Amino acid sequence: MLRYIVQRLLGMIPAMFAISLLTFVIIQLPPGDFASTYAAQLAETGVTVDDAAMQALRDRYGLGDGLMVQYAKWVGGILRGDFGISFEWNQPVNQLIWQRMGMTALISVMTLLVMWIISLPIGIYSAVFKYSVTDYIASVLGFLGMATPNFLVAIVLLYISSMWFGVSVGGLLSPDYVKAPLSWGKLVDFLSHAWIPVFVLGTSGTAALIRVMRANLLDELHKPYVETARAKGLSETRLILRYPVRVAINPFISTVGWVLPALISGELIVSTVLNLPTAGPLLLQALKSQDMYLAGALILLSGGLVLIGTLVSDVLLALSDPRIRLS
Amino acid sequence: MTAPVPPSDGADLLDRQTAAGSLHAAGQWALIWHKFRRHKVAYASLILVGLIYLVALFAEALAPSDPGKFDPRYTFAPPQAISLFAPDGAGGTRFVPHVTGFDITLDQQSFRRVFVPDPDQIIPIGLFVRGDPYRMWGLFDTDLHLIGPLDPGQPMFLLGADRLGRDLLSRIIHGTRVSMSIGLVGVGLSLFIGMVLGGVSGYYGGLTDRAIQRVIEFIRSIPTIPLWLGLAAAMPKEWPPLQVYFAILVILSLVGWTEIARVVRGRFLSLRTEDFVIAARLDGVSEYRLIMTHMMPSLYSHIIAAITLAIPNMILAETALSFLGLGLQPPIVSWGVLLQDTQNLRAITQAPWLFAPGVVVVVAVLALNFLGDGLRDAADPYEK
Amino acid sequence: MTDILLKVRHVSVDFPLQKDIVHAVRDVSFDLRRGETLCVVGESGSGKSVTARAVMQLVAEPGRIVAGQVHLAGPDGDTDIVALGNRGAAIRAIRGRRIAMIFQEPMTSLSPVHTIGQQIIEMIRLHEKIDKADARRRAAQLLDRVRIPDPEAALDRYAFEFSGGMRQRAMIAMALSCNPEILIADEPTTALDVTTQAEILALIRGLQQERGMAVLFITHDMGVVAQIADRVLVMYQGRMIEEAGVFDLFAKPREAYTRALLGSVLKLESPGPRPVRPQTEQAVMAISDLCLHFPLGQRARAGGSVKAVDGVSLTINTGETVGIVGESGSGKTTLGRTLLRIYPPTSGQVTYTRDDGSKVDIATLSKTQMKALYGEVRMVFQDPHASLNPRMTIARIIAEPLRINTALSDREIRDRVGQLLERVGMPTDIGDRYPHAFSGGQRQRIAIARAIALRPRLIVADEPTSALDVSLRHQVLDLMRDLQTDYGLSYLFISHDIAVVRYFCDRVAVMKNGRIVEIGDVAQICEHPGHPYTKALIGAVPRPDPTLRPDVQIRVQA
Repeated sequence: MLRYIVQRLLGMIPAMFAISLLTFVIIQLPPGDFASTYAAQLAETGVTVDDAAMQALRDRYGLGDGLMVQYAKWVGGILRGDFGISFEWNQPVNQLIWQRMGMTALISVMTLLVMWIISLPIGIYSAVFKYSVTDYIASVLGFLGMATPNFLVAIVLLYISSMWFGVSVGGLLSPDYVKAPLSWGKLVDFLSHAWIPVFVLGTSGTAALIRVMRANLLDELHKPYVETARAKGLSETRLILRYPVRVAINPFISTVGWVLPALISGELIVSTVLNLPTAGPLLLQALKSQDMYLAGALILLSGGLVLIGTLVSDVLLALSDPRIRLS
Repeated sequence: MTAPVPPSDGADLLDRQTAAGSLHAAGQWALIWHKFRRHKVAYASLILVGLIYLVALFAEALAPSDPGKFDPRYTFAPPQAISLFAPDGAGGTRFVPHVTGFDITLDQQSFRRVFVPDPDQIIPIGLFVRGDPYRMWGLFDTDLHLIGPLDPGQPMFLLGADRLGRDLLSRIIHGTRVSMSIGLVGVGLSLFIGMVLGGVSGYYGGLTDRAIQRVIEFIRSIPTIPLWLGLAAAMPKEWPPLQVYFAILVILSLVGWTEIARVVRGRFLSLRTEDFVIAARLDGVSEYRLIMTHMMPSLYSHIIAAITLAIPNMILAETALSFLGLGLQPPIVSWGVLLQDTQNLRAITQAPWLFAPGVVVVVAVLALNFLGDGLRDAADPYEK
Repeated sequence: MTDILLKVRHVSVDFPLQKDIVHAVRDVSFDLRRGETLCVVGESGSGKSVTARAVMQLVAEPGRIVAGQVHLAGPDGDTDIVALGNRGAAIRAIRGRRIAMIFQEPMTSLSPVHTIGQQIIEMIRLHEKIDKADARRRAAQLLDRVRIPDPEAALDRYAFEFSGGMRQRAMIAMALSCNPEILIADEPTTALDVTTQAEILALIRGLQQERGMAVLFITHDMGVVAQIADRVLVMYQGRMIEEAGVFDLFAKPREAYTRALLGSVLKLESPGPRPVRPQTEQAVMAISDLCLHFPLGQRARAGGSVKAVDGVSLTINTGETVGIVGESGSGKTTLGRTLLRIYPPTSGQVTYTRDDGSKVDIATLSKTQMKALYGEVRMVFQDPHASLNPRMTIARIIAEPLRINTALSDREIRDRVGQLLERVGMPTDIGDRYPHAFSGGQRQRIAIARAIALRPRLIVADEPTSALDVSLRHQVLDLMRDLQTDYGLSYLFISHDIAVVRYFCDRVAVMKNGRIVEIGDVAQICEHPGHPYTKALIGAVPRPDPTLRPDVQIRVQA
């Protein structure tokens, strides 16, 4: 088991390397180098930068050197915790991202858990009572959920709440609590705000997961070992939960691999619409103004978040499935 | 000691023929069609998808007006209903298909235009009327529209108007062409990459396969929107709309090919060891013939299903990118571009019909998903 | 107390499908007595498995028992199992407790994510009030009884860590854990090798005598019937054809179907007519020290490999049929495929003598050179469902080798396809149909037509009859022999079935673990095997003759 985890951890290294390379390409794509963009930006606001400071900046990021050196300096900086400078905010990227990435991670993980909790029983029910009324309703809602872009769900929610309830939803905390220390009140306030992005983000994924669970379980329901269990004299409910569900849950766990990237993608759009203090609006703004070190850091960390999520799901899978654990 | 048994009397009893009914000479497409038709929802979706692509094909003629034609007088004009009969002035009614005009007043407090339908203003409409001129498929000039006001100067907004007083219905119809074609062409590009890489991966196996699989796994593990945004943001702002359109296509396909590659590879891997493929190889057929005549026919139906399921993802991706302002840009009209207007909460509270493009997206994606699902279920008519 | 445990009366089971209803079981009645073994025998689709499931109310959806009763005798009178329905506490108290069942596929009949112990203990504690430690002790005793080594440790292992035979033993241990009065065994040995089958049959027999259980044994194999049945029920297309004591049935089958079925089995019990061998043999293929090693995934770097074929030497003469017999994993199929270079050999020679007398070494030929041989050396596959492309018409399938390797015109090809179909005993007008329109036996004939299209000299036949019902086997074999006589063909005939090999081959090689352990004349190997493994293999084959049973033999000797 330990060997398995170590193997997985080692397997993450090339993936992380590939993500960093891709991010670096994205950083490099916009025309012009970052220092001159920075200088131009400052010049617009009437600040002049002396040549020595410019040169120091160029040296620090290796801007005069070849791409390989630039990449090495950039990665080297990240390993030391230096993600570069955001010229738009005129601050080290480092100071801008962590709280917002944390919120993104928190919302994504919360949504993931809610999605699982909802889709698991519905998926089981739909498979066991295939073609029942509930199955049909779940299927229709499922297809609808997958067909509706989640930003549209967010906007409709905004529209409904402002038209019918006269309140505007958005944000993750009421203004009073933003600066307040941790307390039960703050938690309750957070949850009363957070359910909206969780709901919006979760709709399409939940729909997809219900279908995955239903299909997995349908594959298992007619396997010989289920018949064996039935021949033992187990009751239907108990045997279904104990045998086919237990097996069908394994591929379900590994859905994290694609659900999490989709969640982080979706979170980006939804948080922009709902104006949440997460990484989404920051990244969008950074991309629009070609603030590439900031954007790069956020893309890199999103990738990292997915890798960690996948690792956790791999470990869960190994715990749950002896065929993986023992092979 | 064994009792003597008369040698196989009743051998005919033993060699039974399986009943095959009327399908014994039916090829795979006939069987697939037979199986697909049983899927009622998918069948209905096929018709709907066909209709949507017809709309995309004949957008100019179907749209009542030019999508760019604006009129500030009709900012956020509400949808008008079509009535068939109007009073004839003598107490009776006569057959006049028409929409009713508006009384427009300006609300002094909010500075909004207030539209009140005025039943006295009858705007007669008709089929195949003259309206805004356009060039059909770049081939010939005409000004014929399927439906429109008889007098081109008069307003007809069946789905309402937007902020600039443009006809939303016409814009949606033109958006259909852009969004649906992005789906189709983008998938075509993905198909090309996916077929080549998936095919190579599945046919040769071994190290090549492992390398390509790693790449696919990697691409599938990155959150797509940040990646797309990153690439889209890097596009020079001075690019013309058409170039942006193709750049977006390429960006979407760079990620979209993985699913098709996965399907193709999976089929190739399992086909490679099928007895009938080995048998064909032992018949002495060339590699090319082996792939094209013995393996590919088992793939087509699966590929069509995978494509159909990939199109809605492309459409949703384009919609999201354009919605965020990093995809297609006006004056190109796509469903995503139209939905940009919904970002303004004030606008949608005043003109909820701005959600209409969203409804169209959902319907189109839903139909494509149902269709793809049905195709996938019917793709292998030989499985038990 | 009556002797009859189970009275099945007029049971019918229907499966409503899309448009019509399949009557899987029609009006079946029989009795099962304490301590006896009743075999239900029939070919595929005869309804034997559904009958067995009906007894426990385990008929799979959408099937339904539409008529009849199943009376289970008990101390308080009979219970009608059909009336109990397929859910509820009453039927569950019978399942596993009074009637237990074991299934065909030991690979998939046990849960992959629970240990053997968890599954047995669950069953015990479901039916008896007993604490976990006691249940575990009982489970260990059961595993010991079915001769699973180190039962304590085995309890904590998963099914996928065991071989097929061991899994079936664990399955039996579980079925017996609550001392059922009736054991239903649904083809429990079909998926197993013949030596393992003999062990499992002996185990079931022993346990039955020990406990006085009634056994309802479902099988398609007349040999197994002869070995273990007390009484036999023959089924065909959902109906009971005949019910008789095992000795009566084999000696005096009443019904035409039973006679035909037994006839085709017994036909394979003695060598079939063979063309006379010439004085001097001419080798068509000489295999010398052939090896094929597959590298083992993870251990590949450490030099680990599976020796699928490990130093095989064998000669096939012109017009001769050489059998390769062995159990699963013996490397026989891999050997056949290596001869056609589907797998490249690791070392050794395969010397093939061409029609003009020139010799080539197939082991070292290039791809293009190999192509020239594909017309002379052909292959027939095991499963005719898999070896015919479902998306091609029969005419295209048979024409493909002609199109590639000859210069015939389309018209000539069409005529040739017609001749070939006629030659293999098929109607000539079926060229425009697809394989799904034909039964297994017919498909195998079509596959043979494709194999002989180019007038080959050697055919590698890989288990060509094992996917077919027994009644069709000798028909296909007779066809292959006729072709051999006509064309002077040689066969390399790969099979796990000794009977088929004895019927069809001149010489036979016995393979084990990639090596040939014994080779010789068929009659000699079958009657007087020399190698201990061959002896065990041949001794384990259940003969379709109840008078050869060990217990009967002992009685006769006494």
